[in-house]
Amino acid sequence: MHSLKLTRIVKTFGQVEVLKGVDLEVETGEFVVFVGPSGCGKSTLMRIIAGLETQTSGTVEIGGRNVDATVPARRGIAMVFQSYALYPHLTVAGNMTLALKEDGVPKAEREARVEKAAGLLQLSPLLKRRPAELSGGQRQRVAIGRAIVREPTLFLFDEPLSNLDAALRVATRLEIAKLHRTLGATMIYVTHDQIEAMTLADRIVVLNGGTVQQVGRPIDLYNRPDNLFVAGFIGSPKMNFLTKRFAEEAGAATLGVRPEHLKVDPAGAWAGTVRHAEHLGSDTYLYVVLEDGQEVTVRIPEETPIAVDDAVRLSPLPGRLHRFGADGLALRAA
Amino acid sequence: MSTRAPTQRFRLALVHLALIAYALISVLPVLVVVMNSFKTRRAIFNAPLEPPLPSTASLAGYRTVITQSDFLLYFQNSLVVTIGSLFFVLLFGAMAAFALSEYRFKLNTFLGLFLALGIMVPIRLGTVAILQMMVSAGLVNTLTALVLVYTAQGLPLAVFILSEFMRNVSDDLKNAGRIDGLSEYRIFFVLVLPLVRPALATVAVFTMIPIWNDLWFPLILAPGESTKTVTLGAQIFLGQFVTNWEAVLSALSLAILPILVLYLLFSRQLIRGITAGAVK
Ligand SMILES: Nc1ncnc2c1ncn2[C@@H]1O[C@H](COP(=O)(O)OP(=O)(O)O)[C@@H](O)[C@H]1O
Ligand SMILES: [Mg+2]
Repeated sequence: MHSLKLTRIVKTFGQVEVLKGVDLEVETGEFVVFVGPSGCGKSTLMRIIAGLETQTSGTVEIGGRNVDATVPARRGIAMVFQSYALYPHLTVAGNMTLALKEDGVPKAEREARVEKAAGLLQLSPLLKRRPAELSGGQRQRVAIGRAIVREPTLFLFDEPLSNLDAALRVATRLEIAKLHRTLGATMIYVTHDQIEAMTLADRIVVLNGGTVQQVGRPIDLYNRPDNLFVAGFIGSPKMNFLTKRFAEEAGAATLGVRPEHLKVDPAGAWAGTVRHAEHLGSDTYLYVVLEDGQEVTVRIPEETPIAVDDAVRLSPLPGRLHRFGADGLALRAA
Repeated sequence: MSTRAPTQRFRLALVHLALIAYALISVLPVLVVVMNSFKTRRAIFNAPLEPPLPSTASLAGYRTVITQSDFLLYFQNSLVVTIGSLFFVLLFGAMAAFALSEYRFKLNTFLGLFLALGIMVPIRLGTVAILQMMVSAGLVNTLTALVLVYTAQGLPLAVFILSEFMRNVSDDLKNAGRIDGLSEYRIFFVLVLPLVRPALATVAVFTMIPIWNDLWFPLILAPGESTKTVTLGAQIFLGQFVTNWEAVLSALSLAILPILVLYLLFSRQLIRGITAGAVK
């Protein structure tokens, strides 16, 4: 059964069309990540799913039920916000049980659910505190706990990690992945960070300018991007795009090759000069200017003696070239 | 801590000097009024700047105020009018501000500007029309008339200030409330209002002082004995030929007290609101 089905969702603010017809189906138990640059409409789409915003046209179904006329509280969803949005006047326990109280869940049941969620998230010692007395990471866990106790059909996360520092972000990311496995719940997760998307998602939805660019498993997006935008957005460092001679030789308008799929090779076909080198220990990034002035990044998975101003020859790994037509769409062998 | 550089200390001293001077200028007249209210009439005129001495001290003014007029009633009227108006200004002002800042609807901007217009147009310009309205409504010589007028007078500034503050209340917090099944009223009263408490306190202070001090509308709309406010009540001691100065000064001194208490109440809220802050 579908947990969520979006049909031709359009949203305009005044004259501006923010979402231009989004279609999507999410299976029960799936972890789907919406990823895209800031301002592409991810949060707007999320708010439409939650019922906090009404779509200009299109329909939203949750758990097989059309919820277009249903208020947020009755949609069977729970949402975790970027700013945590904890109720400042309530304790941690109070924050977690407010929705249940509104719903008329009996006290014993409420306490059992809070206990279970608190156990999952190591919140038990904090239940009596107020949000002001918690650290950022703890507040985030409370926000997640508040979502869990509702036992929703659908979890919505809107950039939940972007207010945390780098170390905490990685830790919380792991925790969310674990949570998804434990609960087996359907989750939709919004982020502008493609690493978060790649590591968490069963399926990624890449959005740009209010349209879905591509939907697929992380590794499929990496291996077979449908267009230039997806090719450039997924993967770090970014895919190299070459035009002119290199593209023409491959019969394309743009030729894409990932930095990790270029090798320094004395017999390589592409000649160039190293303009800059970044030594990270595990990897070395070489910024190479090719003969005709185009620049590519090369990722070498080790230390290398190659230095700035050295002449190098590069060869792409076979089968790892991406060809794109003049319209930006991928050209694939028929 | 290292000692401050001399120039910086000098500048700090200047700032303090200016502030002390300003404080003295503002407090002195009040002090003179309070001081003289405890003196005999002769002493008031002979040495107005002298504090009450054993030879010049007198409670005659206070005695006159309490025995010769219905001062307690005037006080009660003033309090009812001020607190009543304050309550409605804050309630309706906050509700309008919430609607303007939270909901998108046609004419939202226009309505906001319309409500703010009252800041620039003094309500006294409409006195004649207001009086006519109150006469037809049979509200002349009632406290209701005053509460209504003062509510109208206070609303524009309240809506203006509060809607600015409410725009800054996190959308996520309100949305979390909606997802958790809170009604819009609960979101407003339980989540939003406590977060704009400093703004409410500011609006309260700015609203109540002109109301308490007003002479105009009590004189026009409610001059009757049973509806007199303190400021109006104090006028009976100001005669055309003889003025009972010690009584006037005593009445004014007494009139300071309640408003001082209200002010202290709100300013503590104001500071607490600022220091407690909101949790994101
Ligand atoms: N309430 C609103 N009124 C007008 N424009 C809005 C509103 N909310 C969002 N937008 C616009 O819609 C676009 C998408 O916003 P959003 O969904 O928040 O992007 P994202 O979450 O992907 O960064 C932005 O250009 C934003 O300016
Ligand atoms: Mg967003």
